[in-house]
Amino acid sequence: MTPSLSDAASSDADLRPTRPSGTATGLATAEQSDIAGYALRLGDDALIYAQRMSGWIAAAPQLEEDVALGNIGLDLLGQARSLLGYAGTVEGAGRDEDDLAYLRDERDFVNAQIFELGNGDFGFTIARMLVTSSYQHELYAGLTESRDATIAAVAAKAVKEVAYHLDHATQWTLRLGDGTDESHRRMQRGLDALWPYVAELFESDDLIARLVAAGVAVDPESIATPAMAYVASVLARASVEVPQTHVRHTGGRRGVHTEQMGYLLAEMQYLHRSHPGATW
Amino acid sequence: MVTPTASLERARTAAAGVLDPEVPVLTIEDLGVLREVSVDPGGHVDVAITPTYSGCPAMDAIRDDVTSALSAAGFSDTTVRLVLSPAWTTDWMSDEGKRKLLEYGILPPQKRSPGPVVLQLSLRCPQCGSAATRELSHFGSTACKSLWVCTDCREPFDHFKAH
Repeated sequence: MTPSLSDAASSDADLRPTRPSGTATGLATAEQSDIAGYALRLGDDALIYAQRMSGWIAAAPQLEEDVALGNIGLDLLGQARSLLGYAGTVEGAGRDEDDLAYLRDERDFVNAQIFELGNGDFGFTIARMLVTSSYQHELYAGLTESRDATIAAVAAKAVKEVAYHLDHATQWTLRLGDGTDESHRRMQRGLDALWPYVAELFESDDLIARLVAAGVAVDPESIATPAMAYVASVLARASVEVPQTHVRHTGGRRGVHTEQMGYLLAEMQYLHRSHPGATW
Repeated sequence: MVTPTASLERARTAAAGVLDPEVPVLTIEDLGVLREVSVDPGGHVDVAITPTYSGCPAMDAIRDDVTSALSAAGFSDTTVRLVLSPAWTTDWMSDEGKRKLLEYGILPPQKRSPGPVVLQLSLRCPQCGSAATRELSHFGSTACKSLWVCTDCREPFDHFKAH
């Protein structure tokens, strides 16, 4: 990662806070602090996942895949920049996207844990991309209708990008699951390791409930069925089994993270903290 | 005396002529990246550009180039804004832009079909015109392109993805 987010992708999008006015429709009016919190969650998901994808550059099974995963990471980083920039603007405390990305500590990050898990092998990475892209695709499709104009605008771009990620993950799941014994075994093993972290994506809480009532957020529970139905259909075609487990890990939205998060942040934040304001 | 209309026309022409840094045969107008140019009575120019992809790293270079081009055209007071909505689509690329892309060796985007993912069945090689081509990678040298190869002339080529 570069020391400043603005070195890696475009910046300063027109991200003025938009106050959803629910009075005409009977919808509740969203609190600005809730909108900031929601944008932070979406932004952290994208940022942490972008960092993970960038870790594949020069380490993927083939050159084309270095490029693919790097490009997917770049899409996610762009989404993260828009969302974190907006979170900072709405929060109104003077924090910009770089402050939010590089100067918060682990407990202040509110991404779901699934995004921070180490890349593992390629089977695990593809298993995660299949699930998270399916989730994000449903989420962003719904958010294009958000009453918050900025979140809707970010979602309208993101939904097209994520559709491409989902297609990529689908093609690889079919190849790996239906390929050799070894590729099948790795795909299944990746899914099994991933599964305890899937349910967290679809959890709701008070903040989500308030924003759903205000027409700003998508209810994660409402997209669980279509998102996971798609995943199940791909797994069936790939001859991979849907894991059966009751183990559930959660807590990311409250700042509770896995052991791997600290290592990720150390790597991502080191340069910026050692050389504040460094650019090249 | 410079009329407001002439001033706007001059600013617009200057901004529209800026080349995409990654596909330097296309102007930002050809690409559909340039959304709006306005000049207020005080001579301040406001330019709105939109990114192709959320993470497109070319946007900072484009912003600088627009500012320089306007400065060279005599406008020293310029704001370049990034707007996200409505989301950019390859359907905004001009026919002239598509022609230039093909000449440059990049297969231009097809018209977008409805549905989330555009399926490419067969594309014609921009070098030899053969339809015997296959996709090497979903992702190419930039976010907006995929990598293909012609099985007749054996040349690889970039395809500007419909988006």
